[in-house]
Amino acid sequence: MGISPVLWQFLVKWLNASALFPREASTIAPYMDSLYFFLLAITFVGIFLVTTLLVTFSIRYRKAVHPVATQIEGSTLLEATWTIIPLGLFLICFVWGALLYFRIYTPPANAMNIYIVGKQWMWKAEHPGGQHEINALHVPTGQPIQLTMISQDVFHSFSIPEFRIKREVIPGRYSTVWFEATTPGSYHLFCTQYCGTNHSAMIGTITALSPADYKKWTEQSTSGMSLAQNGERIFASMGCNACHSGNAAARGPNLAGVFGSTLRLTNGSDVLVNEAYLRDAILNPSQHVTSGYTPIMPTYQGQISEDGLIDLVEYLKNLNSNDRVQQTLTISQSGQSAPPASGVVKP
Amino acid sequence: MSAPNPTILNLPDQRTATMPHRNFINAEHGLLSWLLTGDHKRIAILYLISITFFFFIGGAFAGLIRLELLTPQPDLVSSDTYNKLFTMHGIIMVFLFLVPSVPATLGNFFIPMMIGARDLAFPKINLLSWYLYMAAGIMMLTAMAQGGVDTGWTFTTPLSTHYLNTHVITTACAVFIAGFSSIFTGLNFIVTIHRMRCPGMTWFRLPLFVWAHYAASILMVLGTPVLAITLVLVGLERIFGIGVFDPTKGGDPLLFQHLFWFYSHPAVYIMILPGMAVISEVVSTFARKRVFGYTAVAFSSVAIALFGFFVWEHHMFIMGISNYSALIFSLLTMLVAVPSAIKIFNWCFTLQQGSITFETPMLYAFGFMGLFTIGGLTGVFLGSLGMDIQLTETYFIVAHFHFVMVGGMLMAFLSGVHFWWPKMTGRMYPESLSKLAAVVTFIGFILTFMPQFVLGYLGMPRRYHAYPPEFQVLNVLSTAGATILGIGYLLPMLYLAWSLKYGAIAGNNPWQATGLEWQTQSPPLTENFIEIPIMDHEAYDYDWLEHKTADEVTHVG
Repeated sequence: MGISPVLWQFLVKWLNASALFPREASTIAPYMDSLYFFLLAITFVGIFLVTTLLVTFSIRYRKAVHPVATQIEGSTLLEATWTIIPLGLFLICFVWGALLYFRIYTPPANAMNIYIVGKQWMWKAEHPGGQHEINALHVPTGQPIQLTMISQDVFHSFSIPEFRIKREVIPGRYSTVWFEATTPGSYHLFCTQYCGTNHSAMIGTITALSPADYKKWTEQSTSGMSLAQNGERIFASMGCNACHSGNAAARGPNLAGVFGSTLRLTNGSDVLVNEAYLRDAILNPSQHVTSGYTPIMPTYQGQISEDGLIDLVEYLKNLNSNDRVQQTLTISQSGQSAPPASGVVKP
Repeated sequence: MSAPNPTILNLPDQRTATMPHRNFINAEHGLLSWLLTGDHKRIAILYLISITFFFFIGGAFAGLIRLELLTPQPDLVSSDTYNKLFTMHGIIMVFLFLVPSVPATLGNFFIPMMIGARDLAFPKINLLSWYLYMAAGIMMLTAMAQGGVDTGWTFTTPLSTHYLNTHVITTACAVFIAGFSSIFTGLNFIVTIHRMRCPGMTWFRLPLFVWAHYAASILMVLGTPVLAITLVLVGLERIFGIGVFDPTKGGDPLLFQHLFWFYSHPAVYIMILPGMAVISEVVSTFARKRVFGYTAVAFSSVAIALFGFFVWEHHMFIMGISNYSALIFSLLTMLVAVPSAIKIFNWCFTLQQGSITFETPMLYAFGFMGLFTIGGLTGVFLGSLGMDIQLTETYFIVAHFHFVMVGGMLMAFLSGVHFWWPKMTGRMYPESLSKLAAVVTFIGFILTFMPQFVLGYLGMPRRYHAYPPEFQVLNVLSTAGATILGIGYLLPMLYLAWSLKYGAIAGNNPWQATGLEWQTQSPPLTENFIEIPIMDHEAYDYDWLEHKTADEVTHVG
């Protein structure tokens, strides 16, 4: 064998790592791959057609066998053919692609939510149960997972090629994507949007675990406090409960059960209260005044980190009654300040 | 009757042939006569020299990038240097090479000649364009010498405005100025094509070269100002923190993306339309046939220019735009693909019933048609919403736009340079060596960029300095291809320079082409034509040419 050992090692490695297509490890992947093969087929037909035309005409009408050209004006019929057939094919690609796009970007109602914060140059994952991970994400198979993502600085992009999903992670607003892993294993996580010096080091590992293993993992790696519990601490330590106490005479609106409802604002518009709205209303309250209240809330821009905001949002999502709000309020008014909460930017 | 000549090449007898006594090159002497010239042909030559210079700088960066990616580890240069390399490769290639490549050289030289004019409408503005271009180029070189810039050619905020301490402002100024150079060129072309056509040169007698340049000029004039505005906003945001793109001040970073791509998508058509312009001329000439479906090809250029303005959001499908606006932009993207398909098929059918020969420009044109077809069809992958999620921001997109820009535009540029070289210089390039270069370029190109499609679907992100080891084999293939490609680009540089002194004397019309530019001496007179021609036939009328040549034979002597 004249093949060099280095080259040989290369080829073996390459073949082992499934060189042409990534593994299919999510429920979306087969849908993505079938569209990919359809598009590949169109491409091969297109290339074959153009090459055949070029080669055939080049042979049949080369100067040696066809010394005098016959002038042809054109042909409306042919023009129509190669306008309509490609257009038809492209429209199929459009419809198929659109269906897939809506599937990937429309999370199912029963999806489990995990928060992702991107920053130069790391990924932080925050599970509702309080598990925190850096450049890693553990997920169960067979369960739709929704990622609610935000960037603390520049644009990043969260990509898991084996799951065929990707979404931009943007400063100042939540973006979401969902997937359902099918095969336990480790997969690449890449930041695909150029984000500065260590862009190519902003990578991580997605670990898909069977539901039983996942349960074990969550129990082992809990930080002892869920996001909502941490959010409750911030809510108290920032003094939010002073106005949002839920009393009839309170200066701020009652927040219990507000998530998922529709609010009327002072500017007359109706908004659906979702994660993004809550975050905006904390950072930019004067733009989001509930009808019937005065714009007295100060901005919390720069005072709460994205992690802290996630905690608060998660707290408000799960806030169903004001009993505990009023309890903590009484405690803090009686001079016992709440313990400092993480997520608050210290002055 | 002897056997038909295997080529269409028709050179004067080399023993007696001489270069014309008086032509635009020797009309005046001295450096100043070039630097202060108003002659569109001399300005085109200035452009040709300067864009070639920047092409090789940009190419050197590309070489370093591919060399670094030979191994998965980040071992050749540091991450910051790598980021600067791909940024400056992109900026130089896009703004200092691709945008001006064909229009400012071949377009500048031949549009007036093709429409039977003595010059462009505004010769001094034309010269100003070149000076602006050079100012931009020098600023860019200064930024590089001071340490470079690492924003990526897209200047994405807030990275470019808040997080980098490299020479963003200098570079943005360079691009801003280069933009005005291209606005002036576009304006000059539009006015010239409207006002300076010779008697009898109706719109539908214009060579398709002129039509495509007209469409590209509209894009330059309407699109480039938006880029200028965007760069000014980036500068103001960076220096004064005005907050247009800053979410903490109520700004929107996505607004930048909208503004940037509103120019930069049409810019893709600014780059490719002039390439298509060249292909129409070359295919017709070497097939000895009128371009099949002249009006369809002409109007498809205009259609591309129009639709090109309404597809920018397809660069942002994963960026959290509304799903429904994504639908509309995907649909429009599919529509803009159709005129390109129309063109490809029309060029193919131009060959039918022709009498084809295979000189170098034709080989490059064949290369263009093959590679552009692949580039165009892979664009449909990216326009198809769901597929875009997997492919965007990966090497697939890198391969796609290199197929269009390098496989398409650069092939077309080289085709055009070889095709018109005898007209511009009066001398032929060496045929067999240049055929070799065309084939080498094609093979090198395929080897460089085909593996990148596979890498992209595997998920390798673009702009990565280090990558997982399982991607190495494909990257090695790509780097090997880039080496071959590099040789393919160095060859023309060398033999074209050689041919300036030693090439065979070309005579007026070595290709027996029909364009008005070929009916005068090579190199042309400063005033192009002794008397303004009268256009009494359609474009690509080979019968007219045959009669004219027959007449000339009886008149000579």
